Amino acid sequence: MTRFSAFSLFAKALGNNKTWPELWPDASPKPAYDAIIVGGGGHGLGAAYYLAKKYGITNVAVIEKGWLGGGNTGRNTTIVRSNYLYDESAHLYDHAVKLWDGLSQDLNFNVMYSKRGVMMLAHNVHDVQSFQRHIHANRLNGVDNEWLTPEQAKEYCPPLSIDPGARHPILGAALQRRGGTARHDSVAWGYARAAAALGVDIIQNCAVTGIRRGPDGAVQGVETERGFIAAKKIGVSAAGNSSVIMKMAGLDFPLESYPLQALVSEPVKPVFPCVVMSNTVHAYISQSDKGELVIGAGTDQFVSYSQRGALHIVEHTLAAITEIFPMFRRMRMLRSWGGIVDVTPDRSPILGKTPVPGLYVNCGWGTGGFKATPGAGDLLAYTMAKDEPHRINAPFNLDRFRRGQLIDEAAAAAVAH
Amino acid sequence: MSAHRIAGLGRIDRSRTVTFTFDGKAMQGCPGDTLASALLANSVVLMGRSFKYHRPRGLLGAGAEEPNALVSVDRGGGRFTPNLRATAVEIYEGLNVRSQNRWPSLKTDFGAINDRFGRFFPAGFYNKTFMWPRSFWDKLYEPTIRRMAGLGDAPIEADPDVYAATYAHCDVLIVGAGPAGIDAALEACAARKQVILIDEQDELGGGALADPALWPWLESSLNDLAAAPNVTLLSRTTAFGFYHDNFIGAGQRLTDHLAEPGHGPRERLWRIRAGEVILAQGAIERPLVFAGNDVPGVMLASAARTYLVRFGVAVGDRVVLMAVHDSGWRDAFVLARAGMKIAAIVDLRAQVAPDLMAEAAELGVPVEMNSAVIGVSGRHAVTGAEIADSAGGNRHKIVCDAVLMAGGWTPSVHLWSHSKGSLAWSEEWGAYLADKPNENVRCVGACAGKWNYGTGVSIGALPTPDDPATIKAFVDFQNDVTAKDIALAVREGMKSVEHIKRYTTNGMATDQGKTSNLNALQLASGALDRPVQAIGLTTFRPPYTPQTFGMLAGDAKGALFQPTRKTAIDPWAEEHGAVFELVAQWRRARYFPQGGEDMHAAVARECLTVRSGVGIFDASTLGKIEVVGPDAAEFLNRMYTNPWKALEPGRCRYGLLLREDGFITDDGVSARLAPDRFHLTTTTGGAARVLNMMEDYLQTEWPDLDVWLTSTTEQYAVIALQGPKAREVIAPLVSGIDLSSESFPHMAVREGTICGVPTRLFRVSFTGELGFEINVPAAFGRYVWEQVWAAGQAHGITPYGTETMHVLRAEKGYIIVGQDTDGTVTPYDAALDWAVGKKKADFVGKRSLARPDIVAPGRKQLVGLLTDDPAEVLEEGAQIVADPRQPIPMKMIGHVTSSYWSATLGRSVALALVQGGHERMGETLHVPMPGKTIAAKVSGMVFHDPDGSRLNG
Amino acid sequence: MILIHCPYCDQTLPELEFAYAGEGHIARPTDPSALSDEDWERYLFIRDNPRGRHHERWRHIHGCGRFFNAVRDTVTDKFEMTYKAGEPRQ
Repeated sequence: MTRFSAFSLFAKALGNNKTWPELWPDASPKPAYDAIIVGGGGHGLGAAYYLAKKYGITNVAVIEKGWLGGGNTGRNTTIVRSNYLYDESAHLYDHAVKLWDGLSQDLNFNVMYSKRGVMMLAHNVHDVQSFQRHIHANRLNGVDNEWLTPEQAKEYCPPLSIDPGARHPILGAALQRRGGTARHDSVAWGYARAAAALGVDIIQNCAVTGIRRGPDGAVQGVETERGFIAAKKIGVSAAGNSSVIMKMAGLDFPLESYPLQALVSEPVKPVFPCVVMSNTVHAYISQSDKGELVIGAGTDQFVSYSQRGALHIVEHTLAAITEIFPMFRRMRMLRSWGGIVDVTPDRSPILGKTPVPGLYVNCGWGTGGFKATPGAGDLLAYTMAKDEPHRINAPFNLDRFRRGQLIDEAAAAAVAH
Repeated sequence: MSAHRIAGLGRIDRSRTVTFTFDGKAMQGCPGDTLASALLANSVVLMGRSFKYHRPRGLLGAGAEEPNALVSVDRGGGRFTPNLRATAVEIYEGLNVRSQNRWPSLKTDFGAINDRFGRFFPAGFYNKTFMWPRSFWDKLYEPTIRRMAGLGDAPIEADPDVYAATYAHCDVLIVGAGPAGIDAALEACAARKQVILIDEQDELGGGALADPALWPWLESSLNDLAAAPNVTLLSRTTAFGFYHDNFIGAGQRLTDHLAEPGHGPRERLWRIRAGEVILAQGAIERPLVFAGNDVPGVMLASAARTYLVRFGVAVGDRVVLMAVHDSGWRDAFVLARAGMKIAAIVDLRAQVAPDLMAEAAELGVPVEMNSAVIGVSGRHAVTGAEIADSAGGNRHKIVCDAVLMAGGWTPSVHLWSHSKGSLAWSEEWGAYLADKPNENVRCVGACAGKWNYGTGVSIGALPTPDDPATIKAFVDFQNDVTAKDIALAVREGMKSVEHIKRYTTNGMATDQGKTSNLNALQLASGALDRPVQAIGLTTFRPPYTPQTFGMLAGDAKGALFQPTRKTAIDPWAEEHGAVFELVAQWRRARYFPQGGEDMHAAVARECLTVRSGVGIFDASTLGKIEVVGPDAAEFLNRMYTNPWKALEPGRCRYGLLLREDGFITDDGVSARLAPDRFHLTTTTGGAARVLNMMEDYLQTEWPDLDVWLTSTTEQYAVIALQGPKAREVIAPLVSGIDLSSESFPHMAVREGTICGVPTRLFRVSFTGELGFEINVPAAFGRYVWEQVWAAGQAHGITPYGTETMHVLRAEKGYIIVGQDTDGTVTPYDAALDWAVGKKKADFVGKRSLARPDIVAPGRKQLVGLLTDDPAEVLEEGAQIVADPRQPIPMKMIGHVTSSYWSATLGRSVALALVQGGHERMGETLHVPMPGKTIAAKVSGMVFHDPDGSRLNG
Repeated sequence: MILIHCPYCDQTLPELEFAYAGEGHIARPTDPSALSDEDWERYLFIRDNPRGRHHERWRHIHGCGRFFNAVRDTVTDKFEMTYKAGEPRQ
């Protein structure tokens, strides 16, 4: 692997950039591996990397039906934060945030993790109570999250309108300074390159069509468009398509897949310094390094794999954004797109073992998967290597739906009275 | 003088001039000019700077595809718009235009240093560096990258303009009013269909506008369509997205072209549902990829023709055409016939049709076949072109001031792709054409590949004797993606077109690849040695061209973004100085300060007045559902946790509603008015959800039950009158109801009149005091309120708001669903065991209460919490620990759900969810706050009047 | 915005009039207490979520208010049919 640095960039440039090697070789499947990861997004590639790097399991293949990072990795709004309420969630997401910090150096690939701060707006008394609860819990969990008055919020994010007469006035905000954004594609490419350098085969354009199980019920390998590939351990990290893959192993899952839309504006000079989220009006926004305003919405209402969202969702999202940032009304939408997010009943992920021996799963991240990328990869790798979950992902087991021990962050923010 | 106006040509109005400014310099154009044509007429060819290398740029095209000439328009007063294409800006008197992405000026841009060192910034360079030292990323590298990136400045003032939105339905929607679109419209019009014909330009006609031979036909056709009652013509309107079931979004620009925009909407969003959609979007000419193809003055041949024919502007005095397609020849002939000097037609092909050769000869245009432009001289404007034959021989230079590119045509299948129609590769066009439709849609004209532009070849990059790795031959002009960037991406393992796009950013600029996608595909195809079809095609996403946020938000702004629901009594509260809070979609009075009271003082006074006298509270926002039918009691018995069948008419009951997963979702006091009629109440935020849930069970699980549900939330105003003097206040106003405690006890309901208005009078209390909730028809709400208010004056009545309501109920340990419960709380957790019918075989959520982790010990349970220091009011949301000395992360065992200063008790009170809380009575727990830890004892939840004697007074 | 045919109103109307109501034909067990934890979990949470033909429920919430069933392809989002609640699975 050619080490990336300012020096190598300079040296290669002198040779007119003619000698850069492939970031990762496009591998053809071997007959067998020690472990297979189904799904070449950030999570799956991360799992392969950590399997090889931390657990010495290098005879690994990542199998992707399309192109690397072509699912939700390449379609999300790249927000990274960990200011979750429950201990289980806070520990899970903060594990990821700790890995984000230093990931570029670890991978020798700049994933452009930018700690510009994530601010969540409180628009009513209920929001204030809910965010205060988060802030107090985060403080005692060692997760940074602080309360800002409307004036402090405006100072941190000048485009914010804090007009008290607004339809949804801003009563304050919770700010996680360590939160921010990263460059989504770079995460997939960085993991792919680093994993491949450790011996992992990256296999694209190879859809899994079946999961073969032996008489003992344990997995034996995967059937693919390019033939059978044997492995005693299979980790499925297929986001919106998880239900489909798990069904191949005979498992029914508590998942539904919904369209989630996002959009960007035309690029403009720096105007927006952080990430702002408003759950009350259902919108979030940041500005990419390229200058585009990156804006996300809530999900469309019905189950779909079409990656095609509805116009009224975009209308509502932009109405919400321009309500909070009236100066952006003259900005223009450049591109909108849809992803497929797999949602569990408690909107927390499922990350761990399955009832099928040798089959491991990482799914159900809903709208929040990108921020967890390094953590999810690391924990899936741990679980596969040790055949038992790490204490951080142990609560995110499949059995919680039977037992009733849900980890329901959204319900915790429920609005009533 | 290079570009200039030619007398006698064009469709502009030469009888008048329009003055505008570009970078502060005043210039003249004519009505009908775009900014692009007007600047050219003023011999301005340098119009912008590119994104990454800050290279000087002029016009590439004449339409929506323009990647280079981006400008900012400042109308003053917050009306600032960046990144507008000069080709789409219509000039008007006083138009104020600024160039962008340059400093200090368009001609002298320090950012162009990036261009000098371009080879150190190849595609994806940022992934490979800026990693050391680590801390520099946040402080130096990233801020620097961000400053260099972006195009125009962002608007920084609130936009004063308004936007509108509308729906439209038609039999046939035709997108694009060129010859094919107009023909389709005439045909549909004749068939008596309802037709909408839309076009993005100010003038309908499309390609016909650049062909004078078609002008008579165009005029008569448009006259016919304009006169037809069944045809709607929309110009300046862009169909930007094709959504499910023939639903098209279109943006109409109404005032940007006007010197005086007036007060109407700036833009209008059209949401069009069409029986059939006909796409006549035409085709966009492709540039050619060669060194120097971005120097201002190098442009599409068709654009040069448009500037000449439509705007009467010659793009240069001596023009070289670089063609691989016949259409460029025809464009050059038009220019030549108008008197422009065509210095050479250079064509990569060995031969073309004899008629082209003959016409060139006739016009005296030199032709160089089997040759290519290999370089362009000039930095801010073209000064010459270097040409070689395709083997690299015969290098020579031609002096010229414009180079035209004719690279063939790319049909605009964007909307077709939005509709999920499939595409098929056409060798003839060197492009993808519409194949199988997914909606009721078809393409016509050039958009369908059915238009005679002649023939040509498609090619990734023109041959050059120079090392391709050392030249800058642009593919994506705006994003500065060169042919060697594509090669580098492939070299680095990017094999799918999506990877190539994302790695190089090709096709991701504001033109979204309209001129670059096909060339990039051809280059990748060559580099990968695979056919174009094997590489795939990036998916087109809405919008077709960038669309204004304000237009997409439409009229959903301010009060119309989301209506604020107000009760009948809301105006009274406003008149009496209430401070409001927003709850769900409602606004509710939070407290009524008097004199200079702050919230604390006002709430303390309101609380004490209710406890000692009487208070009046607007409870109208409570959800209300009328449940009627012979099976009404059976239905409620199945829905709620507690038994309902034995409830006598005239009595009320607290109802607790679970989701099927066993967690509390709503509660409320409901009354049985008759054996077959109940008046339900729900929480303010839960009304719609509860009704939907009940309808779901009723319609789909128990359709055999004979029950009707009707939302009555807005039918009634609800006036809560609470306090020991409540009965005295209403006694003189009520008739037909015996108010005595014996005949009208707590948790009873009576029907009668109050102030002559029919009422459902509930004797209920959410304060712990004697109380009534007066339900009257909403139209009489304010009237009755004012009568009660007047009657209460003698008793020292006070209005109170939600904050006092919260304090009073907390003093009594009454929970608020959504505050003291959070969607993870069971009835047992909330100490509401008494509200669960133990003998009931089933109710919604019952089975879930038996799940292993629901019956396991250690669940969080609702308890009271009394701080050791009675003056200390805990923060709501504060976390509770058993051991305050442990290190972070601490083991948290619960949190404070409600906390208030109780003026009645002279101390603070709190409710909290605590692990195993019911077993911890009397235990001291700790609330670690920044800088201090607060000790508090677990207690019961009822702090005031525990035996409830005041309720029954 | 998809168009949806309400089998009660017998009209095809835009999505904004309707509320999605989850997978169809998941009947509430008549005696939930008799169910094992596994079976109860299946009723509460396990969903088919197929790529392709999907049975689902909609409510014409801003119209007649009725719940009804639909068969829709989740890849193309196209409805195959809608039918009244209580009618057999199609």
